[in-house]
Amino acid sequence: MTTPVLDVRGLAYAYPDGHQALFGVDLHVHRGERVALLGPNGAGKTTLVLHLNGILTAGAGSVHVSGLPVARENLLEIRRRVGVVFQDPDDQLFMPSVRDDVAFGPANLGLRGAALEQRVVDALDRVGMVDFIDRPPHHLSFGQRRRVAVATVLAMEPEVLVLDEPSSNLDPASRRELADILRSLDVTVLMVTHDLPYAYELCPRSVVLSDGVVVADGSTRDVLTDDALMAAHRLELPFGFDPRTIPAP
Amino acid sequence: MGAGHGHQLHFHGHSPVHRMPAHLKLLSLLSFIVLVVATPREQYWAFVVYALLLAGVVAISGVPAGYLLRRMVVEVPFVVFAALMPFVATGPRVQVGPFTVSEAGLLAAWGLLAKGTLGVLASLTLGATTEPRDLLLGLERLRLPHQLVQIMGFMMRYLEVVTDELRRMRIARESRGFTATSVRAWPALGSTAGALFIRSYERGERIHLAMLSRGYNGRLPVTHQAAATPAQWAQAGILPALALATAVLAVAL
Repeated sequence: MTTPVLDVRGLAYAYPDGHQALFGVDLHVHRGERVALLGPNGAGKTTLVLHLNGILTAGAGSVHVSGLPVARENLLEIRRRVGVVFQDPDDQLFMPSVRDDVAFGPANLGLRGAALEQRVVDALDRVGMVDFIDRPPHHLSFGQRRRVAVATVLAMEPEVLVLDEPSSNLDPASRRELADILRSLDVTVLMVTHDLPYAYELCPRSVVLSDGVVVADGSTRDVLTDDALMAAHRLELPFGFDPRTIPAP
Repeated sequence: MGAGHGHQLHFHGHSPVHRMPAHLKLLSLLSFIVLVVATPREQYWAFVVYALLLAGVVAISGVPAGYLLRRMVVEVPFVVFAALMPFVATGPRVQVGPFTVSEAGLLAAWGLLAKGTLGVLASLTLGATTEPRDLLLGLERLRLPHQLVQIMGFMMRYLEVVTDELRRMRIARESRGFTATSVRAWPALGSTAGALFIRSYERGERIHLAMLSRGYNGRLPVTHQAAATPAQWAQAGILPALALATAVLAVAL
């Protein structure tokens, strides 16, 4: 077996106020996989994501990204390897223009001049937003901002793309466009979501996090059709959606 | 989420004034304003010369005069203050039409009005011919502390986001039958302001996380090198040079 892109072992974490969010999480994601991270509100999904790129430091256990431990001395390289796309694109896009924003990450990695410009154009091209390169982010639609947010991370050429609620607040057309983009990317994806049909459509594998531990890890179809598991962890399929009647994508 | 096109100061164009590097324009503006302010207000002709010089720059920039005049309403509070001065100032009185006003006050009002108007017009010309982000780059090139430049950049980026948030909170308030008519409404407005502060503070924290996630280390990377050519320096120097000659003459005469 090759080295997993994400290798989380026995990860536990308590916030400074004493609230413990994670109680020993084990998770392995291999190259090229698309994995959905499911779970009710307050399960610790966001806390787990913030450990993957070293924003939070493990209380116990360890996180390795392609064999490199998440530790202070590796932070810049870890943050290049793990690209996190946050839920609200207004938080992610903080520079005055789309070009500057997409350039922010690769410039922090030391790129300048033509190489930097090439990175920016390539990343925007992959999400179909090159024509908007000189616009200020607040003049874009919500769906366009979400796509630019994905580009800001792609520009760092990450080994794994971590998306926090990628389909939230998107209209159905934008939601489908984003799905097409994610499918077209040749990159490992970990997707935190409440949108179970979206997880089924995009991710062959699902991991369920509940009360700070992994309670299920298997094919998305198996997870979504396990009624007892779903009911025990406050997961519900939307009305009219039944994975049993839909062939696996 | 309204992503409306906000009220913009910038007037798109490709004139020599538009193309000039922002830091040169800033230096030119600053020296022009300092010279205008330093000119004795009794030298009325000097201010006419300044106005003509500025009109020349506006003409070259191709920004329509009406576009700038409409935006000059920001000066109104100063105009009101200047208009009051002849009435409230003391000293020898003179008769102007139906009013008896203070002579010193009248002169002070003229000085304030003339210098203020020239300053506002010059700044508007800069704003109309320079993209906001170029202005920030210009300030950075002029060695303004990078923390200040970053703060201004974030303000520019998030002003509309926060305004939109405030608008949604107002609509939510009014949808529950609230109208701000008297002092008794102030506590509700106060808690709106408080909630907006907390929300913005939390947004700031989330933005910081997003920045750290992309390798932020305390400095925004400088990715643009807009070096100015000697010809551009010379061009940018024309306005301050002519203004300097005017100011020297005005002081000497």
